[in-house]
Order: sequence, then structure tokens, then C-alpha cells
Amino acid sequence: MTELRRRGGGGDPDSTENISDKEADGDDRLAFPGEGEGEMEGDSKAETPDMPPSTDNTPQCLNKALEGLSSRWKNWWIRGILSMTMITGFFLIIYLGPIMLIFVVMGVQIKCFHEIITIGYRVYHSYDLPWFRTLSWYFLICVNYFFYGETVADYFGALVQREEPLQFLVRYHRFISFALYLAGFCMFVLSLVKKHYRLQFYMFAWTHVTLLIVVTQSHLVIQNLFEGMIWFIVPISIVICNDIMAYLFGFFFGRTPLIKLSPKKTWEGFIGGFFATVVFSFFFAYLLSQYQYFVCPVEYNSETNRFAVECEPSHLFMMQEYTLPAVVQNAVRWKTVNLYPFQIHSIALSTFASLIGPFGGFFASGFKRAFKIKDFADTIPGHGGIMDRFDCQYLMATFVHVYIASFIRGPNPSKVLQQLLVLQPEQQLSIFNTLRNHLRERGMLPPAVEEAQ
Amino acid sequence: MTELRHRVATEKELQHQHSEDKGSETEGKERDGASDNETKSDSGVPEVPVSADDTPEVLNKALSGLSSRWRNWWVRGILTLAMISFFFIIIYLGPMVLMMIVLCVQIKCFQEIITIGYSVYHSYHLPWFRTLSWYFLLCVNYFFYGETVTDYFFTLVQREEPLRILSKYHRFISFALYLTGFCMFVLSLVKKHYRLQFYMFGWTHVTLLIVVTQSHLIIHNLFEGMIWFIVPISCVICNDIMAYMFGFFFGRTPLIKLSPKKTWEGFIGGFFATIVFGILLSYVMAGYRYFVCPVEFNNDSNRFTVDCEPSELFQLQDYGLPSVLQSITGWTTVKLYPFQIHSIALSSFASIMGPFGGFFASGFKRAFKIKDFANTIPGHGGIMDRFDCQYLMATFVNVYIASFIRGPNPSKVIQQLLALRPDQQLHIFNSLKAHLTEKGLLPALEEAA
Repeated sequence: MTELRRRGGGGDPDSTENISDKEADGDDRLAFPGEGEGEMEGDSKAETPDMPPSTDNTPQCLNKALEGLSSRWKNWWIRGILSMTMITGFFLIIYLGPIMLIFVVMGVQIKCFHEIITIGYRVYHSYDLPWFRTLSWYFLICVNYFFYGETVADYFGALVQREEPLQFLVRYHRFISFALYLAGFCMFVLSLVKKHYRLQFYMFAWTHVTLLIVVTQSHLVIQNLFEGMIWFIVPISIVICNDIMAYLFGFFFGRTPLIKLSPKKTWEGFIGGFFATVVFSFFFAYLLSQYQYFVCPVEYNSETNRFAVECEPSHLFMMQEYTLPAVVQNAVRWKTVNLYPFQIHSIALSTFASLIGPFGGFFASGFKRAFKIKDFADTIPGHGGIMDRFDCQYLMATFVHVYIASFIRGPNPSKVLQQLLVLQPEQQLSIFNTLRNHLRERGMLPPAVEEAQ
Repeated sequence: MTELRHRVATEKELQHQHSEDKGSETEGKERDGASDNETKSDSGVPEVPVSADDTPEVLNKALSGLSSRWRNWWVRGILTLAMISFFFIIIYLGPMVLMMIVLCVQIKCFQEIITIGYSVYHSYHLPWFRTLSWYFLLCVNYFFYGETVTDYFFTLVQREEPLRILSKYHRFISFALYLTGFCMFVLSLVKKHYRLQFYMFGWTHVTLLIVVTQSHLIIHNLFEGMIWFIVPISCVICNDIMAYMFGFFFGRTPLIKLSPKKTWEGFIGGFFATIVFGILLSYVMAGYRYFVCPVEFNNDSNRFTVDCEPSELFQLQDYGLPSVLQSITGWTTVKLYPFQIHSIALSSFASIMGPFGGFFASGFKRAFKIKDFANTIPGHGGIMDRFDCQYLMATFVNVYIASFIRGPNPSKVIQQLLALRPDQQLHIFNSLKAHLTEKGLLPALEEAA
């Protein structure tokens, strides 16, 4: 199911962007293929393929096992098996712990970046641009260094204080990152070649937009992870569930098209997926809130040099009684119900995933149509590239992060302490006095002997 | 100094845009005029004559006697002086006006770059797109200015109830606004124009990234103290002028193929001249509180005040000269403001990296075959033409301040502290007390808690 529609030739690189969309879009043909798997988890568009789908990436064993079935069911089975595999892989990684998760997120980020940049190369026929591949990867490393450095400085405060070179790196972190970025910028300017100015600027902008999307969001995913694995697992699961449920509802009940951009999405699928996802997240949150492993913020234990997830669960994850509104009381005949507060939040998360998440998918669909590609890449047989799987997740990650910052927690205490220790002594003293008065007012500190100070 | 290379055919719209800007320079003019003055225009064999249609009539009359070459030189010179005087006037008017000016410059730059995008992609008629671009500009500005207001106007915000709510959920509100724009974009995708629309979306975002974040950093620098705003900008302007002068008188070896009129002599001469200028300018400015103090908002008078005890950076200190200089000048020590040492770093950056910003803009203009970003300033081009070197400088100053000069903003730290949970506050209180006691700032007390 991977097709590629390449523009023939185009010797002058500058002519690419002058090909008007009219000529290009003349190739767009919409059709409604009988196959149902387009709706499943992908945002693949319903276009009549010019070339028969080839499942070249399918491992031989799968091919043998399924060779008896017709092509339609074969595809269905391959997608199904790969889905199961991916979900199993997901559970395995969760079991392996936070460090593995961070590495996996980093791996996914690098692959997504690679996929999008490769598309850029193809679109602009710019494989032969001098330096450009090196520069793209260099910028990726710079931006990652900046973000991971900030994370390390925040969360590994004690470790950093111990090691002298780390302390130096942390103190001047912004300056070092900026200097690295500037070096890349100057390399770009020096690499401008007379006939390829426009191309080079396009690739520069393409790289930066990709970095903006991919790297910042993966960084937010990791920050969510440090809040507690549940803030990582539940949103991702909700998005996956929404895809699957919307597909199933669409398959069985789908009738009214939702948007011209993805003709296979239907209103029935959309609404059915919405309700199913809310219910799923409600129960899933209930299940996960009971385990400390998921609920506690990930902390780095300086003595054992490992990540520890142990704590007193916050009030968000402790059962509370909620009184039902009167109308529900009559219906159900319970007065109160025991819920975790987190389940209420999960309703908000699933609402977002069902209503706004699909827009991320439409954006990716539009992008693929604009650049005439079927899938971002061929990495996963039957599903396309990593970006195809993760396009809805990006908006979700940002939303969860903003949600946590606005409604759940305040600033990170270790970060505040770190900032405090960097201030001037008289500023520290004044803050100390302010804080002491504040705590005294709150009754946290006994109104103690002030005279001695 | 203003030449145009119009490739025949294709971009007719671009021709409309700068049909007035046809330069009548001949090669002889390449050396002449304020070519390296403040502009990074490309040199090349001009094909079309320049006309200064934007010049006000009065100037035209006054200069009608001179030949075209000198006329252009005079127009540029007069406009340069006008801009510099304008700069001094707004400094005099105070921080509030400066912030407004920065905001306006940012909006104008954004408009110029977006207009270029429209003309490059022939996308004037894309549905919704102009609305969306301005909407995104509003969103991002709202986000950044909201954060600034929350940081610096903390007490004012706490007083007013609606402001408090806006500030508490600021990120969420900004994100919701941005998402609305994103959904509008997705809904506005039209079948035949997908690629164009994505290009414009990308173009808008990159422009926002460059223009808005940097103007926000400039305002941060401004709040540190007006000197952190004035000295960097002046260094960049001085570097342009000095590099041009040195290039004009001594220029021989070309610097980079991208801008054939830049020379090594101009570059190096401009470097040394800018350092000297930076040292002298900082010496002059560091003596005045108006420039040196952080800008603060006084709740009672509801105005900005710049009154404070100058920090140690702005107090004269004795430096012992290295022995080689001692023998030359016969002084043993010299009185300097520490800030002057920092200004050497700033001017070095302005001289060495600033031109790369100019080369970037030159490359951009060549790539899209435009002469100037716009026609706003007669003789100079658009606002972007004047400000292209400043952007890198603003970021550098901000990073420099954050890394070497000051730590975090104390009021912001207090704000974060008060937002924490009580047990976290107690924990931090104890850590801080231990730290201060260790340092001897607090007399060692019996533990009262």
C-alpha cells in the first residue's frame, strides 16, 4: 500500500515550486474503495492507487501463513497482526521502565524526523544539495541537546551538583546551545550555492518546521512521563482507542461523510468513537490509578543511581466519594459513587482526543495529498511509517502538557529550588523572609522567636 | 548601490511590487553610495534603473540640482539621520513607548515577509489565508506578552480578578486559541491548493519563529535595563556604518560570494571600530540611572520607573593593566565599568556574527529574486532590511544576560514558590534556610520549625 507519485524530471530545481497546484492536483482522484482497512488506524486517503499495493516489507513467515487468503483479507490480517504486535511492544516497554521509555521516545522522534526530511528531499529533488543532510541532522542534535539538557538540569539536580563538568555545562547551558546553533546557522550561510539558493532556503525552513513539530512535542511527552507514567500511557492509549473505535463504528454504521479531506471518515464513526473512547478512558484510568508504578512522579534517586517510582499517591489518585446529580440518582439508585479524581480528568483528555485529535490526522492527510505521497514511509508493514502512527499523538502530547501545567500542578519544586540557589544572596534572603512570613500565616511554621533574627 | 537583477518572465507580481524600485546604477556606482551602509543588497550588473518614488516631494525639490548618484547618496544619508534621531527620541520617551515601537516593528516585519510569501506563491486568492496568518500572529503575541505581563506586573495582576484568572490559565487559553487557528486551517484546505496552503502555513510559522520570538527577547532585554537594548542596537548600526566606511576607503579583498561588495578590510576595520565605539558608548551610558536600572512597574503610581541602586556592573572599578600596556601608557590602573568589558563581548558578536544575519537576508532576497523586502523607507527598503542583523543580536544578548549576568528573576521565583503545595514550600524553606545558614547570611538559630 505504499505508492509514490513522483513528478517526472524537473531538471531545474527551481521549477519545482512553480508547478502550480492545478497541474499537480489534476492527478487527485477520489474513490471509495471497498476495502475497509483504510479507516482502521491510519489516515490513509481514499485514492485510487495507481500501482497495486505491495507488501514488500511483510516478513516471509507472515506471507506464507496468509497466502491462502484473498488480497483484501490478507491486508486486513497483516494490519491486525501488526497492530497487535505494536500494542504488545507498547506494554513491554512500559514494563521495562522509564529509562526505556525515554529511549524509545527518542528513537521514535529521530525516525519521524528522518521520515519528514526524506519527504522534503524528494519533493525538492535536493539529494545533491551540498551539506544539507549533514546540516539537518546537526540541527536535530542541537535542539535535542538544548531540550534534554534542560530536562537533565531540572530532574537530575542532585546528580548535577555532584559532578563538576556537569555543573559547568548546566550553568552555561543556554549559551552553549545557542553557540552550537549559531555554528549551524553560519555553516548554512556559508554553504549557500549560487544556483540553489531557493532550494536551500526551503530545506532550511522545512528542517526548522519539522524540528518545531517533532522535537518540541517529544520533549513534552517526556515531561509528561516524568509527571507519572499514567500521564504518558493514558493519553496514548486514548488516541489509539479512538482510532480503532472510530474505525469500527464507521465500518458497521458509517453513512454520512465527515470531511472532504478524508472521505472514509464518517460522522457515525466520529460520534461513536467519541463515546466509546470516553467510556474506555474512564475504566482504563480506574485500572491504572491503583498502582504506584504508574501514578508516582518519576524521580531519580541519587544514591542508587536509578529511577524510582515510589511515593505517596497524590490526592488525585485516591478514591473519593462524589454525590451523583439527582437525575442520575433516580436512574441508577446510587447516592454516591467512589471515583478517583483522575477519572474526571481522563474524561477531559478523552474528549480532546476524540474531538481535536482527528484534526491532527486530517492535517497529516492533507500533507500527504499535498505532496502526493501515500504514506510517510514504509517502516511498518501494512501501516506505513512511524509518522503515520503518531500524527494524532502530537497534538495530544501538547494538550496533556498544557493541561497538567494549568490544572494539575504548579511549578516543579526542584527547579524552583535550583533557581533559588542561583540568585544573589540578598535576593535569597528577601525571598526567605517572604516565604517564612507566608508559611507562618498559613500555620505551617509556628510563629516562632523572631527576635533573634 | 541599489541594483536589481530581474530575471525575465515568471514573477510578474514581484515586478508590480518593486517596479518603482528600478535602480539605475551602473557598475561605477558599486563602490559608491552607502552600499555597505545599512543594507545587504546584492551587487550585480543592474539592468533596470532605480527610482526613488517614495521620496517625499520636499526632498526631491531640495536635491533636484544634484546628479542621480549623489542624490541617492543624500537621500540615504538624510533618511539615516532621520532614523537615528527618531531612535533617540523614542529612547527619551521611555520604556512604554519603546515597547510599542518594538511591537509595531514586529508587525511590519511580519507583514513584509508574509507579503513576499504571497507574491512568491501567487497565493493572494487562497481562501482564508491572510486572516489565518494574522490570527496566528495575534495568538503567538498574546502568549508571549501574557507571559511577560505575568512576570513583570505580578502585583498588578494579583490585584485584578479577571487578570488573575487569565494569568493562571494563560497557557491553556493560548493553546486553545492556537488550536482554533489550527482547526480553521485544516477546515480551510481546498482540493486544488493543498500544497500551496501547506507552504503558506509553513512560511507563516517560520516567520513567527523568527520575528515574534526575537522581538519578545528584545523586550526582555529592555526590562533588564535600557542599556541592554540601546548598546546592542547601536553596535550593530555602528558596525554597518564603519564596515562601509572602511570598505569604501580601503576595500580590496572580497569577503563572500554572496555579497560581493563586502570586503575583508571593511569587515576587520568595522570590527575594531565597533569595539572602540562600544566601549565609549557604554562608558557614557553607564553613568546614568535612566539607562542602567531595570525597568519596573510601580503599583502605586501605575507607571514605569527606572530608579534603583546601580548594580556592581555599573560602578567604576579599578583594573590593573597588564604590564605591556602599563609600559606603553604609563598608567598602572584604569577605571572602568565592568559593563564595558561585557560590551567588548557584545560588539565582537555584532561584528562577527551580525554580518551572517545580513548574508542570510541577502541569500533570501536572491533566492526569491527580490531587491528589498519592501518599500517602506525611501532609499533603504523595508523595515526588515534595517533589522535583519538585529535579530541574531537580540537573541545573543538575551542568552548572554541569562548565562553571565543575572540569574532567574526573583519575582518570578517568588511567584512559583507561592504556587507550590504547602509541603513543598516547607521543604524548600528548610533547604534554603540550611543553605543561607551555611553561607553565614543567617545567624545560626535554633530550629524553630
